Amino acid sequence: MIEEGRALFLQIAESIENSIVDGSLAEESRAPSTNELAAFHRVNPATAAKGLTVLADKGLLTKRRGVGMFVTAGAREKLRAERRAVFAARFVEPLMVEAATIGLNAGEVIAMVKDRATAVGAQS
Amino acid sequence: MNPVVRARDLVKAYPAGNALDGVGFDLEANTIYGFLGRNGAGKSTTMSIITSQLFATSGTVRVFDEDPYENPRVLGRMCFVRENQKYPESMTTAHALRAASLFYPGWDHDFAERLVADFRLPLKTKVKKLSRGQLSAVGVIIGLCSRAEITFFDEPYLGLDAVARQIFYDRLIADYAEHPRTILMSSHLIDEIADLIERVLVIDGGRIIMDETVEEATSALTRATGPTAALDRLARSHRVLERRTMGSAGALVFHGIPSEAESETATHAGVRLESVGLQESIVHRTAAAATATGPELSPTSMEGALS
Repeated sequence: MIEEGRALFLQIAESIENSIVDGSLAEESRAPSTNELAAFHRVNPATAAKGLTVLADKGLLTKRRGVGMFVTAGAREKLRAERRAVFAARFVEPLMVEAATIGLNAGEVIAMVKDRATAVGAQS
Repeated sequence: MNPVVRARDLVKAYPAGNALDGVGFDLEANTIYGFLGRNGAGKSTTMSIITSQLFATSGTVRVFDEDPYENPRVLGRMCFVRENQKYPESMTTAHALRAASLFYPGWDHDFAERLVADFRLPLKTKVKKLSRGQLSAVGVIIGLCSRAEITFFDEPYLGLDAVARQIFYDRLIADYAEHPRTILMSSHLIDEIADLIERVLVIDGGRIIMDETVEEATSALTRATGPTAALDRLARSHRVLERRTMGSAGALVFHGIPSEAESETATHAGVRLESVGLQESIVHRTAAAATATGPELSPTSMEGALS
């Protein structure tokens, strides 16, 4: 799988997913239109439309005839669950690989995690 | 869908050699094309022939299924913004825009006024007194405001600074989104337009060597960076375009995308895989085409010529 330089339409889809997950794009609210996305990301409208199609296919956006695309109810929780499922592989694994490279053991990493968690105000 | 332009076997012969040597392609409706290639590859010649400003030695052009030659039904629906457009001696910017507004039925007057302000274009100045960038801005405004169904931009950015180019790209995308049409834009600033265009046509030595979507073009090549031993494994199963080594590590550019299994093995061995950007992809493939058919040119010397 190619990691860098991912297809533009996927990056656009992901940016909308991020807005849904962090709540800035509320459920049941109108998603940006193809033309708005094209202008904002400075991309061809066909690329923007493809990004929206990805989200519609995943059931995260719902088309309302003549009005546009809306965030589906339950989309946020769906995305959160999806991201929790890949959290270990996506974040913890590379963390432990780097820790091993520089000679930190799991206990030391856990101490650091707890330390930083207080700093960013996350629940322990 | 029915293509709006069909070019077949276009040859333009000059005593010094063929400027076009069998050019053929279709342009689909409502698509933005990047028309790319080195200087002298035949971009302007091709656009001139399609818009009937130049005759082909042989070959055919159909626009909206008709012969464009002296055909007002077709010519009024096309706008060709030449890189070196000439205007009458005494004409001011305002005159040039007015003349264009009379010629194109879809002309948007308000849009033209906004663009004049955006580009800070002096309206009362004679066109021949304008700077290179201002002259390009006149062309950009005519090309956008004509709303012609097929618009050709031949290196529309010459002399435009980075801010003005961004204005052009932003207005192009916004207006195209509202008023879809066919746009063919030649450019050497490939990475600048890579996200704006949907398809690329690459011409080299008077022939089309690439006609594909941007996505196809950028996923055609892969770059792998990492330990030499792991790169050797990849090199055995792919057509390698470029290989550079430094100590025990190196970089490899090859055709195709590695399989899921290959990627996994390579990644575990510390190899980073990435797709190659549009500009670099075209440089590599133009160089490969040149070595296959003509004088040898290294990718490094091509890069200078293309950018």
